[in-house]
Amino acid sequence: MEYKLMMKLVVGTEAMFFVCLMMAFIYFSLLPGFAPHQLHDLDIKATGFFSIMLFSSSFTYWRAETNFNNGRLKRFKCWVLLTLALGSTFLIGQCNEYLKLLHNDITISSSTFGTSFFTLTGFHGLHVFVGLIIISIVTCLAFLGDYDHSKSSVVSTVGIYWHFVDIVWLFVFFIVYVIPHLT
Amino acid sequence: MEEIHLPEPDKPLPDLNISNSQGILQWISSVDHKQIGIMYLWLSVLFLLTGGSEILLMRLQLAVPNNHFIGPEMYNQLFTMHGTTMIFFVAMPAIFGFATYFIPLMIGANDMAFPRLNAFSFWATFSGGFLLYFSFLAGGAPDAGWFNYAPLNQYNYSSSPGIDYYCSGLLLAGTGTVTASINFIVTILKYRVSSMGLNQMPLYIWMMLINSFLVLAAFPSLNAALLMLLADRQLHAHFFSASSGGSALLWQHLFWLFGHPEVYIVILPIFGIFSEVFPVFSRKAIFGYGFVVGSGIAIALLAFGVWVHHMFATGLGNTVNGFFAASSLLIGIPTGVKIFNWLATMHGGAIRFTVSMMFAIAFLIEFTIGGLSGISFAIVPIDLQLTDTYYVVAHLHYVFIGGTIFGLLSGLFYWFPKMSGRMLNERWGKWFFWLFVAGFNITFLVQHALGAMGMTRRVYTYPNLAGWGILNLISTTGAFIMAIAVGLLIYIIIKAMGNGVKAPGDPWDANTLEWTTSSTPGLKNFEQVMQVRSTRPYRDYKRPDDADWKKNR
Repeated sequence: MEYKLMMKLVVGTEAMFFVCLMMAFIYFSLLPGFAPHQLHDLDIKATGFFSIMLFSSSFTYWRAETNFNNGRLKRFKCWVLLTLALGSTFLIGQCNEYLKLLHNDITISSSTFGTSFFTLTGFHGLHVFVGLIIISIVTCLAFLGDYDHSKSSVVSTVGIYWHFVDIVWLFVFFIVYVIPHLT
Repeated sequence: MEEIHLPEPDKPLPDLNISNSQGILQWISSVDHKQIGIMYLWLSVLFLLTGGSEILLMRLQLAVPNNHFIGPEMYNQLFTMHGTTMIFFVAMPAIFGFATYFIPLMIGANDMAFPRLNAFSFWATFSGGFLLYFSFLAGGAPDAGWFNYAPLNQYNYSSSPGIDYYCSGLLLAGTGTVTASINFIVTILKYRVSSMGLNQMPLYIWMMLINSFLVLAAFPSLNAALLMLLADRQLHAHFFSASSGGSALLWQHLFWLFGHPEVYIVILPIFGIFSEVFPVFSRKAIFGYGFVVGSGIAIALLAFGVWVHHMFATGLGNTVNGFFAASSLLIGIPTGVKIFNWLATMHGGAIRFTVSMMFAIAFLIEFTIGGLSGISFAIVPIDLQLTDTYYVVAHLHYVFIGGTIFGLLSGLFYWFPKMSGRMLNERWGKWFFWLFVAGFNITFLVQHALGAMGMTRRVYTYPNLAGWGILNLISTTGAFIMAIAVGLLIYIIIKAMGNGVKAPGDPWDANTLEWTTSSTPGLKNFEQVMQVRSTRPYRDYKRPDDADWKKNR
């Protein structure tokens, strides 16, 4: 139980970190020098598609966790591999978008839009990447048979982190992509 | 590859000496909370001497008007490093050192919840401190003040790598602080001896619990700001440079959103220490246990609603200023409640004037002075007049030294016998107490006057105006008296470690579980823990006829 409590505390303190980055983005969007036309270089459709990939990876992880807790290890392995695939797809989509922006000369140093956009989405991407590493380790351990005979809280603990990363993206997606298109 | 043998301790832990039968490798590889706690404390002493030497150089520079002993560039680096060192690498490690050592002992646990994470926390803090100081060798220390305002923190105003080291050093130390706090919370919530409910926890444990949540909520803001600043300086981002669309105010918001809770982070554990010291040396239970806890929680919540009082002079408008003036006046109330809790604890008690208790009593006076000068800053017109003068310097040293440092010293004299197995010499301790308190007041009381007369802080010299020379000379004299006192303290500690009187397990006739172990505690803290039925379990055990839990029924 102490591992899950620890992860909840980690997630809480990380949430504060992302709140600061999001506040910076919103703050700059209200100041002159933000270059709002660059918002239209963002591809909401493509990113929307990749976002759905990320959100569904939360669903697949939830399925994996349920199966793990019920001792159905084979199904657990399938679902967790699917989670890895979906998470990686999201990261590939993000790289794609970054390359396109860089191609249009939108960089971290081009304007306050670039500065706050790349910092916010970049740190989220980093968290997805770290999550994928952790889930890969869990997957490897599962295939090596570490969980065959013993209960472990590690899958639920990692799950708290993974769902958190998705929820953060929900907020980021709305703040960066959806709301500017509404106004 | 040759296999490295990591020696495990096989007998009761060594005392404070670095050298023990198994050498320094055993300390470096240790995951024992007692050893890590002691290392935190030594780290704090090391940086106290460093930060203290920096301030002595500055006070020498300020001793007489129009002085050119050290130039402005060096002066800027010294005051920046002094502030950063004292807060992040003296106050924080000392607080965390006591917490790491005593949280498990006071709740009847054998170690922290995550011993290896505990070691990581210490070594991250340790590396952060050394990374910060490496800047001196790398071409210049940070020189924009400990709160490092934009645009001075930008590359075109501070082109030496100092501020980059400031960012990376504090990020590393901040990571250590956050992981340590997570460890504290899990340990306190999950590893208490089963008979100890939340209402039987010692108040020190309560304050550390509240404090750890405060760290988790406040430090991300600093970490985010430091990362943004690092991006500004290394990747030419535009967070804080107003000339390219960024906002210098954003830095101030993020920094003080961390910075104001931080001043409570370094005082709440101190309130916890005093809530142990006052009852023990007054031979009474704490007055109003619930009020001490409740006001602690109130402080933690209000701490996030007052940060703009550091920014009244930036012109955010009357509405904003009015709101934050009111909230800042409000936060004085729960602190005042605590002061009355401790006064009422002493009232009618059989007080023992040990050095620990004397620091506690001196704290009540000095901290109240600091509190009152703080309240005067919550009033916007006064703040506009006094901001960035020596009045601020006087105020913050009255709360940091009169509050935090007095609390740490009180805790040191109280807990030293447990940590080292030796008593500190009380007679020499009293000399130290009077020297330190006198030096402290001589140094900082006059600075209130200097500030009111208009002397601005962070300027390396000053003109020969009426009264300024003599007041500054008095202040410098006081600083050197404090330095002598600190030298005396170190002498007392080293002498006690060498041939001090052997300490019994319970030298103060104290109340809480850590005193039920031997001094020093064995490698395993407890074989068995007595049943906890009140906030003073050990006293209940020693005086079964007069036990607290019998009275409360």
